[in-house]
Amino acid sequence: MKPAPFAYAAPRSLDEALALLAEHGDEAQIIAGGQSLVPMLALRMATPGILVDINRIAGLPGLLEDDAALTVGPCVRHAELLRHAGRHRHWSLIAAAVREVAHPGIRNRGTLCGSIALADPAAEAPAYALALDAEIVLSSLSGERRVPARKFFRGVYETARAPDEMITAVTFPRPAPGWRFGFQEIARRHGDYAIAGLCAGLRLEAGRITEVELVYFGIADRPMRAPQAERSLLGEPNADAVKEAAAAAGAELEVEGTGESSAALKRQLMRVLTERVLTKLIVGAPGQ
Amino acid sequence: MTAIANDEPGLEIETVVNGAPVRARVAVRQSLVDWLRDDLGLTGSHVGCEHGVCGACTVVVDGVCVRGCLMLAVQADGASIETIEGASASGRLAALQEAFYTRAALQCGFCTPGMLLTAAELLAGDDKPDRETIREALSGNYCRCTGYQAIIDAVEAASTSEKR
Repeated sequence: MKPAPFAYAAPRSLDEALALLAEHGDEAQIIAGGQSLVPMLALRMATPGILVDINRIAGLPGLLEDDAALTVGPCVRHAELLRHAGRHRHWSLIAAAVREVAHPGIRNRGTLCGSIALADPAAEAPAYALALDAEIVLSSLSGERRVPARKFFRGVYETARAPDEMITAVTFPRPAPGWRFGFQEIARRHGDYAIAGLCAGLRLEAGRITEVELVYFGIADRPMRAPQAERSLLGEPNADAVKEAAAAAGAELEVEGTGESSAALKRQLMRVLTERVLTKLIVGAPGQ
Repeated sequence: MTAIANDEPGLEIETVVNGAPVRARVAVRQSLVDWLRDDLGLTGSHVGCEHGVCGACTVVVDGVCVRGCLMLAVQADGASIETIEGASASGRLAALQEAFYTRAALQCGFCTPGMLLTAAELLAGDDKPDRETIREALSGNYCRCTGYQAIIDAVEAASTSEKR
């Protein structure tokens, strides 16, 4: 259980890091928290030629919130994000989701940007990034581009990031007034990857649900929205619509089984999660 | 131009380990816990699964608990590290250690250093955690002997102990 040999570089500036990525391409692997990467190295599932350690780079963005958005830099640990999100009602979805990311010792070191870059389909970060309409900021020697989360995740460990690009921030636009969020996942043990999970958001205006976001994860090759289920919830909040949405979600999405969990089990869990999370969300909503 | 290092000759790191400055040359793929155990002889941190699952290798780096197997020794350059040896000698674990002893919250002892450090981090931020919170905090530390109940009891007891 020791990694295969690799070269190691700890650049002091972003330009140096990007030059290393440009030079080494697919052979280079960025390390920040390393909480997913180092196990893969130990198991020799990953055998990069060179590790580019970005922890020593001066001047990278940290965690920054203004009225418009929350910006999370590449070395911001899950634990720091959780502390911040826990203090702000409008980031209740992030707080609820990050609490389920592995365990305290892992959250102290693992990063949001790393989870986004890895794009594990059962992980929380890609799901809440999608639900909150986050943007992924990618930097390379040729400049910077911003990719919305809905276009970033392409499959199991597959993203829109090119080998010479580094995620230099993930930005979350602050939700408009009226949005409320719910989160739940089902895992065999606390901190394990989810068998299935749900990030749900709905916007209430004058007692009516005007917008809905349902993002399921752990059920396909990437986090997925369920548009039909979302539409069925618009209007007066009511229990029948919740049942309808719960039935629709499992039916409209292409669900894939993983390991011991069949597609049928995951569909059933999607139904359960939808009912639980949405029932809680609409309790206390006007009209109920 | 950024310097690129390999296992041979490795990289020079400067750290503080349990309060004492340590300068060493390490192979770039050596884990922090292997360095602490094999090179410094601090064998209180245990190596269980070697891929971040069991929590037996927990050490404190710059004030927070991390997996010693999921951090490279080279990444500890400039960091302050506290292992179970240092934490125990400092006396900051005394109430927890006594509660673990009194309640038989250990048998073989393999998981205990990680349990103690993780529990201490919990209690530093939460005076009176309920049992569910304790379970959650320790969910990344595996114990194969006790069945966990006695460990939860011990942490709960330590949180109300006068010795804290």
